Amino acid sequence: MKTIFKSLLAITVVSLVLSSCGNGSSSKKGALSSSVAEKVYVAPGEHDEFYAFVSGGFSGQLAVYGLPSGRLFKVIPVFSVDAEKAYGFNEETKPMLNTSHGFIPWDDSHHPDISQTNGELDGRYVFINGNNTPRIAKIDLTTFETTEIIEIPNSAGNHSSSFVTENTEYVVAGTRFSIPFPQRDMPIDEYKGNFKGALTFISVDPKDGAMDIKFQIMMPGFNYDLSHPGRGKSHGWFFFTTYNTEEANSLLEVNASQNDKDFIAAINWKKIEEYVNNGGGKKVPSRYAHNVYSDETHSATSTIKKEVLIVNPSDVPGAVYFLPTPKSPHGCDVDPTGEYIVGNGKLSADLTIHSFSKMIKAIEDKKFTGEAYGIPILDFDAVHAGTVKQSGLGPLHTEFDGKGNAYTTFFISSEVVKWKIGTWEVIDRKPTYYSVGHLMIPGGNSRKPYGKYVLAMNKITKDRYLPTGPEVTQSAQLYDITGDKMELLLDFPTIGEPHYAAGIPADIVAKNSKKIYKLEESKHEFVTKSEADSKVVRDGNEVHIYMTMIRSHFAPDNIEGIQVGDKVYFHVTNLEQDYDVPHGISMIGAQTSELLIMPGQTETFVWYPKQVGVWPFYCTDFCSALHQEMQGYVRVSPKGSKVPIKFTLDGDAVDAE
Amino acid sequence: MKFKVVVLAVVVIFVTSCGNEKKEEKSSAPVEVKKEVVKKEATTNPMDDKGIGPITSLTLADIDETMVAEGKELFKMKCSACHKISKRVVGPALAGITERRSPEWIMNMILNPEEMVAKNPIAKKLLAEYLAPMANQNLTEKEARVILEYFRTKKAK
Ligand SMILES: [Cu+2]
Repeated sequence: MKTIFKSLLAITVVSLVLSSCGNGSSSKKGALSSSVAEKVYVAPGEHDEFYAFVSGGFSGQLAVYGLPSGRLFKVIPVFSVDAEKAYGFNEETKPMLNTSHGFIPWDDSHHPDISQTNGELDGRYVFINGNNTPRIAKIDLTTFETTEIIEIPNSAGNHSSSFVTENTEYVVAGTRFSIPFPQRDMPIDEYKGNFKGALTFISVDPKDGAMDIKFQIMMPGFNYDLSHPGRGKSHGWFFFTTYNTEEANSLLEVNASQNDKDFIAAINWKKIEEYVNNGGGKKVPSRYAHNVYSDETHSATSTIKKEVLIVNPSDVPGAVYFLPTPKSPHGCDVDPTGEYIVGNGKLSADLTIHSFSKMIKAIEDKKFTGEAYGIPILDFDAVHAGTVKQSGLGPLHTEFDGKGNAYTTFFISSEVVKWKIGTWEVIDRKPTYYSVGHLMIPGGNSRKPYGKYVLAMNKITKDRYLPTGPEVTQSAQLYDITGDKMELLLDFPTIGEPHYAAGIPADIVAKNSKKIYKLEESKHEFVTKSEADSKVVRDGNEVHIYMTMIRSHFAPDNIEGIQVGDKVYFHVTNLEQDYDVPHGISMIGAQTSELLIMPGQTETFVWYPKQVGVWPFYCTDFCSALHQEMQGYVRVSPKGSKVPIKFTLDGDAVDAE
Repeated sequence: MKFKVVVLAVVVIFVTSCGNEKKEEKSSAPVEVKKEVVKKEATTNPMDDKGIGPITSLTLADIDETMVAEGKELFKMKCSACHKISKRVVGPALAGITERRSPEWIMNMILNPEEMVAKNPIAKKLLAEYLAPMANQNLTEKEARVILEYFRTKKAK
């Protein structure tokens, strides 16, 4: 009996192996065929075809995924402190989170956008906005680290941001909430006419990417929701959706939905740039932080700027127009040719598409139906190109595949709808799970989309994953869009709220990725370039420890002469010069995070010893076979003790020979 | 019992025939090296072992003091955390290194440590003894050469 059973088992095993190996015919299993799995399968050791930079929403960070696999590679800290990387905890990065309100350790990150040259993705930087305490950040794609953050003055709920023009001349930040300008103590119900909405144009230096606020256009007190640049023929223009043209200050869900149409504001930024370059605009006192991280000093500096240039739109005739657009338009998307501007009225079932050439003609022919605060309102029929009718409920955002098709998300009916530019007919629709917000096609905001996949980002997942208590993951869904019909390939969980994303072919970025920081090039104020240079220096009650790390020890690793009440700086340099050999360090009782230090980099944390004793520190990143041996001790004596400063490695003073 | 053996055989044949494309290249390289190892260990003097890497042959002239000074600085920054001249630390003491190893071997160990500790018999033995693999500090050939010059001034006593 036993033998028979074993034999049967063996036969079963063999047949299982047989059927799983090299069986080409794909039998359909439910909604997904086995060929779908192949489309997202990236074999061990192989690389993904695209990077996807997915915002973390209320986590304040930016996550880096591979597509089509959906594998998470890195969470880049941007607007929120991150203990894993010591961002906002170490002395070097604390200035990155400085603002005119002081140190702000969190923000709500929304819309990443990749830098462009000639309207195509160039893969140098990702920009992303912080909504709450308005900021724009720049992430350098050689290091995948946040290297610059600029605060936006006169702005609030920085939402219609951070989209770039086609040569990255500007990254744009638009205010969602209008506020008093200048900011002052006044009754809230005097909103109308007194609150203003600032649209901020931040110039980006073509050489080093340095950001600077070039001008702010002080618009009427509407809510500026989303924006996109013109491209190709419409390069030089920028389009912003508005809602609350009613200028309501309370119960907006009712009071801001009164008007049948709100506006898309069309801004001729080239005209305003010219005006400003010729001395136009007014310099106004202001306070905002500009924070820059340097890869040479491995440190950030924060400068408070005191002035900003304000442009009143009625002072620049021909620069600003309003395009009437039905029902509180949200998404504002421009097709790859630059001809069509899609406004998605979130309280409508229709999509409204305006034509850029019709707009230019209407301006020439002065087809205006009125004005708002001196800004001409164009005749709807004169600019309207077409409508995608009854396509779903709650349209939000549109992206393009570069083959004449557009893809729009519908929040209420939870679907992605594919439609044809020009005929405005719906070609396909696929459900999302659930309540989709933005969607992303790599390069979908440029002249050259890579129309292979669309990524839909969902606000609600409910039953899609194993439950994890009341808080469940949010997620992204990947669709193949190479055929007539979209095909759902993959669900994957995301960090925070995957608000929006930017995608790019991996080969544009990967080849520039930095591997180490060269030790000899370091200009960190407290770098220790060799063990022989390591030291401990007392300056009153401040003690500076210049420490090095290499597989698998610290130098020095025995330190004496520290006293209770001291402020002890650990300046730690990783002497490794090999790819992927970071080390970490943590000190018992230090009220901060560990440090994670890349090869050739120096980082600093502060420790306040509070108790007498001998206290250990150790390497927090499993670095080598002898990682567990990578440790050291600090002797803490009572305040005023006679124990002298002493630092050793293996009983000796540390030197090279 | 007998039946089980047959089944096993079938499975083995099957597994080897399925997905065999990549296997060949991977298995061939180490085998060759192994042969070499056996021969070399039996016959060669360490000073004849040039190691594996970009440096195949090197003729040394009189010691160049400028290079020595450059080498000393570089050694201090990039190497001295693991190597001292006078004593063993993470890696071996380096006094007299140029009397124990060929100049090519020394430079290859600096420039190509991963392959050296994987394939070169002397380097493999050192890894077994010291356990910490020689780190790649991403030096250029020129940098490795001046460090070698510095080593030439550090004779065994
Ligand atoms: Cu370590």
